[in-house]
Amino acid sequence: MTGMDLFANLPGLLLAVPLIFAFATPLIGRYLPRARDGWVLLGMVLTTVIGLLIASAVFTGGTVAYTFGVPDPSVTVPPDSGGIPVRIIFNIDAMSAFMVVIAVVTGLCVMLYSLSAASRSSGKDGYYTLFLLLVAGVLGMVCTGDLFNFFVFLEIASLAGAALVAFRVDKGIAIEAGLKYAMLSTIGGLFFLLGVALLFGQYNTLNIAFLAERMGTTGLTTPDAVALVLFVTALAMKCGAVPMHFWAPDAYAMAPAAVTAFLVVSSQASLYALFRICFSLYGQTLNTVLLGWFIIILGLLSMFIGVTMAILQKDVKRLMAYHAVSQTGYMLLGVGVGLAVLSSPLLLSNFGMMAMEGGIFHIMNHAFYKGLLFLTAGVIFYRCGTRNLNDLGGLGHSMKWTMLFFIIGALAIAGIPPFNGFASKLMIYESVFSFNPLLSIIAMVVSILTLASFVKVFHSIFMGPKRPEFADVTEAPLPMLFGMGVLSILVILFGIFPEQVVEVMVAPAASALADQAGYIGSVMGGA
Amino acid sequence: MNGIETLTTGFGFWNPIFWVAGFVIALIITWIIWRRGEATYNTSPSSTGPFLSGNAEPQPGEIHVPGGNLYWGFTQALERYYAVIKPLHTGNLADYMLWYMGITAIMLILVVMVP
Amino acid sequence: MIGNAPFFVAMLLIIIGITGMLTRYNLVRIIISLTILESGVNLFLVSLGYREGGIAPIFTGSPDGALMVMPTVQAMTLTNIVIGLATTALLLSFIMVLHRRYGTCDIREIRRLRG
Repeated sequence: MTGMDLFANLPGLLLAVPLIFAFATPLIGRYLPRARDGWVLLGMVLTTVIGLLIASAVFTGGTVAYTFGVPDPSVTVPPDSGGIPVRIIFNIDAMSAFMVVIAVVTGLCVMLYSLSAASRSSGKDGYYTLFLLLVAGVLGMVCTGDLFNFFVFLEIASLAGAALVAFRVDKGIAIEAGLKYAMLSTIGGLFFLLGVALLFGQYNTLNIAFLAERMGTTGLTTPDAVALVLFVTALAMKCGAVPMHFWAPDAYAMAPAAVTAFLVVSSQASLYALFRICFSLYGQTLNTVLLGWFIIILGLLSMFIGVTMAILQKDVKRLMAYHAVSQTGYMLLGVGVGLAVLSSPLLLSNFGMMAMEGGIFHIMNHAFYKGLLFLTAGVIFYRCGTRNLNDLGGLGHSMKWTMLFFIIGALAIAGIPPFNGFASKLMIYESVFSFNPLLSIIAMVVSILTLASFVKVFHSIFMGPKRPEFADVTEAPLPMLFGMGVLSILVILFGIFPEQVVEVMVAPAASALADQAGYIGSVMGGA
Repeated sequence: MNGIETLTTGFGFWNPIFWVAGFVIALIITWIIWRRGEATYNTSPSSTGPFLSGNAEPQPGEIHVPGGNLYWGFTQALERYYAVIKPLHTGNLADYMLWYMGITAIMLILVVMVP
Repeated sequence: MIGNAPFFVAMLLIIIGITGMLTRYNLVRIIISLTILESGVNLFLVSLGYREGGIAPIFTGSPDGALMVMPTVQAMTLTNIVIGLATTALLLSFIMVLHRRYGTCDIREIRRLRG
């Protein structure tokens, strides 16, 4: 019986575990400093196990709706409320579960890596507390079915993220990056809240499913449209879409490498929310062609400007940060095409679903290979003390494993078979081609430029004769290699078996996103 | 070609297993060709080392091409594009906020004006 | 008309906040503008829940069928005030460190990350 209770309350535990471990970390660090590493690792492992259990439950048994504060969490609508879901509800459908998998797997690898990356720095209590808070914030963002609750998790993730960006003060430059990130996140969050208030004023509810149902009956009013604009721009800014991406290179470059790898996931949680609001909240009530094209244009700008700016960079992490902006463009492009044809079932089944699957698959692939790349950049900084491509060189002689992991990540991001980036990019190219060939060609050109810029990075870091100033550089410590190794195995596995991943996780996620009635039905009952 | 590993994209398919198999076969063929080559080839540094008209070989630190010099031609060719794009990344927080709020304002005007 | 006064004031506060953020260059002033913007949003939230002549939403001992104001927005406002406090504290501590390291609070000079 208790086992069943525990299983039914997993979504609550998914939040409670990282939060408890986060706030207990300073205490453990104060009185049992030697147990701290084990403690935070235990917290992350538990979170991962819970997240994967929930995901497997969702992928096998359909959407899990979890209501907070009631004896039976599956009762979303109280019988005496007149059919209104009054409580905070976690509505975990296949798309949310997909994001949960990304967050916990990346989080675990990053945590393993952090254990040795942070071993030399001071203030580890604060670091781990903030990191677990960031994980909790991201998990909350992707699970919640309540707009205000989403805002709260967005702010938790933003604050923890900004504090982590500024964690290594670095003569104040990291603080500058943290300030920019925190400032823009706060403004974005406030505009998001304004949008929530506009919707609440009309419909007296915060639940996304219930809002969608009521909006479907009244049609799109002007305040709805204003709220949509506030949501879309705030979330597009948070996920680093050009021309609101300026914070991204600053923050990604200055954060500790492990944090950057997870900040990417945090940005993608905003991307998830952008899609959730476009598809599940507004969905059929608005002119999806216009909104779809807006997102496609954002995606194109992100792809092209991101990659061309990356070619100029001399700081390896800043270069990778611009690539993160550029890769976000692929996801926006894929899902934007899906959104643009959402109202036409024929086009949707011809290529729309495939474009969405490609875009969504790319989220996962990007989280893994970009995390891997940022971790290799972190190893190089950890060993050599510089990130400047002009000063580095000849490390291939002494860091063979790091080089191997870098090659895997670089080939994956450039979309070279048989790594995972190729599979999702192929899906995007082929489906977008039948929507508009020009878009597909631009996407391919961007891929080539990506490869070119990673050839540059590879050449300047690993190639060439051994440099005298790095003569005593040795291979990365074992926990770091382990964290990178897990990610690269995932990159290769997802590249060799893409169809299984698409069938089990990506296709359900894409159909869950496109199926607004199903989302409403999972909370309101009787779709 | 509808094996379980085949990723169908609606217009084509992509089977990584076959691709890897083909890659391995190509590697084996390359190896065979390499094996059929001249076995008595001298690999000592006197015959494989760089020959710079009899001059001494420079120190490793002197001959490395740093990353900043790669793709000079590319950036030079796109000079006019970069002259527009690069100055946009001012690093000034006020500009960052202006871009965000500007896009929001434009979208709001579009949405309210165009029903 | 007078019933809409809180919304006008909220909108005014939001506009003042945005204008302040975009036209001032001192970081402390930008953060003051941010808090004004935040107050505007908070006021907007609270006024959404107001019902004319409503009483506090406490059911114990309230007259039958009494008109009550909406409690949800009040809870939201309270949460947002707490979040705003945390944000402001974080931003102000960033400014303190920045002022110590860069010797200025002018955002036109805090731009070592660019390009």
